[in-house]
Amino acid sequence: MTETDIEPDATVDARGAACPGPLMDLIGKMRDVDSGAVVELLSDNEQSLTDVEEWTHEAGNELLAVEEPDDHYAFYVEKA
Amino acid sequence: MTERVVVVGGGTGGTVLANDLADRLGSEIDGGDVEVTLVNDSPDHVYKPVWLYVAFGQREPADGRRPLTELVDDRVDVQVDRVTDIDTDAQSLRTRERAEPMAYDHLVLATGSTLAPDEIPGLEAGGHDYYSESGAQALREELLSFTEGHLVLSVIGSPHMCPAAPLEFVFMADDWFRERGLREDVDITYTYPIQRVHGNPHIAEWARPLMDERDIDVETFFNAESVDPAERTLTSMEGSDVEYDLLVGIPPHRGIDLVEDAGLGDNGWVDVDKHTLEAEGAENVYALGDTAETGVPKAGSVAHYQAGVVGQRLASKIRGRPATERYDGKTLCFIETGMDAASFVEFDYENPPSPAPPSQKLHWSKLAYNESYWLTARGLL
Repeated sequence: MTETDIEPDATVDARGAACPGPLMDLIGKMRDVDSGAVVELLSDNEQSLTDVEEWTHEAGNELLAVEEPDDHYAFYVEKA
Repeated sequence: MTERVVVVGGGTGGTVLANDLADRLGSEIDGGDVEVTLVNDSPDHVYKPVWLYVAFGQREPADGRRPLTELVDDRVDVQVDRVTDIDTDAQSLRTRERAEPMAYDHLVLATGSTLAPDEIPGLEAGGHDYYSESGAQALREELLSFTEGHLVLSVIGSPHMCPAAPLEFVFMADDWFRERGLREDVDITYTYPIQRVHGNPHIAEWARPLMDERDIDVETFFNAESVDPAERTLTSMEGSDVEYDLLVGIPPHRGIDLVEDAGLGDNGWVDVDKHTLEAEGAENVYALGDTAETGVPKAGSVAHYQAGVVGQRLASKIRGRPATERYDGKTLCFIETGMDAASFVEFDYENPPSPAPPSQKLHWSKLAYNESYWLTARGLL
């Protein structure tokens, strides 16, 4: 993945959390933000690669980008 | 110089730890070198797993309550008070009843989970729960008069206490209505926030076929956003609706606000080293049980095992020795699969659970443990 210039409205740092912690943390933050807001999720759990994509699709949100800086993933999800 | 250990919270973790410290440090306490204080905002210790059985009329709320003073070693100073401020720099606490701050050399936060149903509009008015004493009693009255319609169990908050309890509830409800000849008139639906029926994939893989066999409908990727009590409808963030006649919700959970105010973690959960249970945000502070953000379930067995780890580490530190005990993620849980059968899981950070085949023997083992729990609280089992 290439580096994006997305400016998130909120960041959830779920590094170190076991599955399904990162996805649940993302869902929790998405409850709090307004439509159109972008949430950045940081996770070092491999399962997040499928969990986050499946949920964002199911919920009608948009997964704008997935980055892999250093030893974790950064997901950028825009709330529908 | 007396070393002051303050434990905040008289649930499973705090009570087991207080007794553990009294046992390990008995001579130091008797000699005036160590003081152990347990602060709880109620005179009673509450064993929450009883509430699942209260909902089905199997137990009474009083079965889950005992005075802390009956359970805790006399060498522990039990104070019924509520902490109102934590100052980790000054190493002191403010409480509701005390005019002066309470100083500590070692602080253990075992403040547990609180329910936050108000985070979901309509949930308090439209839903029931068995995660509180009053909720379990109210749900019992509803269940006793519920003879037909759609029973919906929705896991709304995660993480939540006892991750197996929602599965237990629908398995028990299925059996309870079946035994009473009402199952054909009662539909049961279970909703869960992610793409499977439990957070742990191994437990989810085991539970799903059982749910299918029992005609328990499942809605996954369902994160309840609001409840309309008038229309009896539950709406999810994902845009789907479920109509209900009786809604049982697992409400959002939070720790106490003081944790976040003290800079120790978000949502009331303390960020800790998952092996030593030492807080990452302050010196001489530990957290255990639901309060500790370790990624393992918020379960009594976790609090029990973690209390032993913190007890050993604190005793070693007070005696000037290296602390060697480390928490390995050990979790143990019985899972009711009906009114007279249960499974059992045991796992840790490295080894996943492998649910045992449901049996009546495991069901009776769970009931037997519920009785002998009071020995655990006393630090004897």
